[in-house]
Amino acid sequence: MQQMIRDIAVILNATLMYTPPLLFAALGSCFSEKCGVVNIGIEGMMTIGAFVGAAAGYYTGNPWLSFLLAGVAGGLLALFHAFACITCRANQTISGTAINFLSSGVSVFVCRLLFSGNTETIPVSNKLPLFLSGLFSWCAEHLPAPLAGLFRPNGFLDNVFNTYASTYLAFLAVPIVWYVFYRTQFGLRLRAVGEYPRAADTLGIHVAGVRYICVILSGILAGLGGASLTLATVSAFRPSIVLGQGFIAMASVIFGRFRPQGAMLGCILFAFCSGLRVIVGSNTSISVNLISMIPYVATILCLVLFVGKSQIPAASGLPYEKSK
Amino acid sequence: MKKLFAALLSAAMLLSLVSCGGDTATSPAPSAPAAESESVSSTFKAAMVTDVGGINDQSYNSMSWAGMQKAHDELGIDVKYYESKTDADYEANMITAIDEGYNLIICVGYLMVDALSEIAPQYPDTKFAIIDAYVDEPNVTGINFASEQCSYLVGVLAAQMSQTGNIGLVMGGTGDAMNLFAFGYYAGALDTNPDIAIQAYNANNYADVAGGKSAALHMYANDADVVYQVAGSTGLGVIEAAKEKGLYAIGVEVDQSYLAPEAVITSALRLIDNAVLQVCQAAMEDTLEGGISMYDLSNNCVGYAETDLLSAEALSAVQDAQAKIISGEIKVPRTNDDFVAKYGAGLYTLDEALNG
Repeated sequence: MQQMIRDIAVILNATLMYTPPLLFAALGSCFSEKCGVVNIGIEGMMTIGAFVGAAAGYYTGNPWLSFLLAGVAGGLLALFHAFACITCRANQTISGTAINFLSSGVSVFVCRLLFSGNTETIPVSNKLPLFLSGLFSWCAEHLPAPLAGLFRPNGFLDNVFNTYASTYLAFLAVPIVWYVFYRTQFGLRLRAVGEYPRAADTLGIHVAGVRYICVILSGILAGLGGASLTLATVSAFRPSIVLGQGFIAMASVIFGRFRPQGAMLGCILFAFCSGLRVIVGSNTSISVNLISMIPYVATILCLVLFVGKSQIPAASGLPYEKSK
Repeated sequence: MKKLFAALLSAAMLLSLVSCGGDTATSPAPSAPAAESESVSSTFKAAMVTDVGGINDQSYNSMSWAGMQKAHDELGIDVKYYESKTDADYEANMITAIDEGYNLIICVGYLMVDALSEIAPQYPDTKFAIIDAYVDEPNVTGINFASEQCSYLVGVLAAQMSQTGNIGLVMGGTGDAMNLFAFGYYAGALDTNPDIAIQAYNANNYADVAGGKSAALHMYANDADVVYQVAGSTGLGVIEAAKEKGLYAIGVEVDQSYLAPEAVITSALRLIDNAVLQVCQAAMEDTLEGGISMYDLSNNCVGYAETDLLSAEALSAVQDAQAKIISGEIKVPRTNDDFVAKYGAGLYTLDEALNG
């Protein structure tokens, strides 16, 4: 029984650990997809965010500043994508792919410049805070006996929920993005631009402007996602650290039918299965290759069984030309 | 506008042609072997060709180059490296090095096996060495490391340092070369404490930091207090978990205590620089033999990293074990059959844990 509780704690903790990078990136992907710009470059923007977060964290010692800088770096990279796709009307998939190559190259190049030739940064001394620690230790001291036991260090609650601030920020961002999409004028405009830009244009909406803002926002969020890997999950950058998580995030957006709350479920499902893999794969005789498949198979199964037809924004991937 | 663009484009193409020409000028086509035998002169010169990781990879390439520089300082030989940007550069770089009169070419890493098996037979007078791999030619030496010996030593340290009698192992993958680490670690820990519990996890992935971290947290939650990682970036997560829980982790390949000085108690070292130095010396003295050469504790090419966290008791135990391995008193198992013969299969399902 105690073993089982411990295992559940590990799975839930792993879920909360895997989710934030995916979730930030997925919300970013929502922004650009919704406004009609396909952003394959999410992966690259995460990579640059991961690097800038780790490098700035080492040099400034301030995790929050570094976290913000990582968002700025992702946003700058997204500006390239926006310029290519919106102003120059380039093929969005190709531009995104180029961003992915560019960012892995640039981050390693700059890393070598800054860290005397290493492709790995020196670990940061201050990570994002575990901001529930204070609350938990207060509860453990001040609450009456049976309740206080719940909050003791290394207890169930502490092991599961006392995670880095980035986790809570990521979950907090979901209702905010939802509110922007469905309850604000800007959200209405960005959805209109993604569905039928000509109509939006006729009504006086600046299509290119809205798309620029959305793509840059997607880069900022992806950058934050990358930084939550290097400022919370671990404390240093390596070139292989993102490795496909941007694509998983994009998949979970499709899984969630391009809605932030759906994308969140997709990310949580994938993260939960990744945590499950750790428990199932420990001290077992099941083939590791089968176990490694768990998150992917589960995601595909859910996609096929429970999620209906995905509603892609109608103008997704199409450059908008005013004069045609 | 279009014309200007066309002009620019053709200029760019011309430029790239010129730069290509520059490249080929430094590496003339493989000419008659006669030219080479002349270049085997009184002075011995050694070159290394990097894999695509580049010379500053903080891993195989940079350690090999450190060995070459030692060879330059201690043996007074000319050394040079050729950096490969893509897989296609391996053969070209080897040929360039041969044409520039280098007598020993060290190829860093198994990625270069195909290129080496093309080149080695064409240049029978040049000596080649390849790290962590082997090509069956008389002029090729395979530099292989006794990873099981350094893992045995950190296994001894893990068992010594564990308060709970429960330790862990996180692997990035399996295979004959990877399993050596596991056999050695298990053997070292079991020889130190026959009752020790060992948790093993194969992440099947060298780049999943969150996976490595949660695997280690799982082990720590199940009473382990020392976890050894042989898992690339996945292992970064293991060390992070140790740091957060205030428990111990063991690094691999190089001394990884810089990642978390308070958590990494030791690292299983593979001293590629020493091996490269020894290969250079043997080649210079013309005693380098073809075939697989094993670089191990006896010639100081594997080992463990000392840190302040290790207790005096643990240190004396590991020094004792090291002496016994060198003297041959302890034979560290290298295969599953050897392991089962010595430690039994029913009790420790190592092979199953690793390979499923």
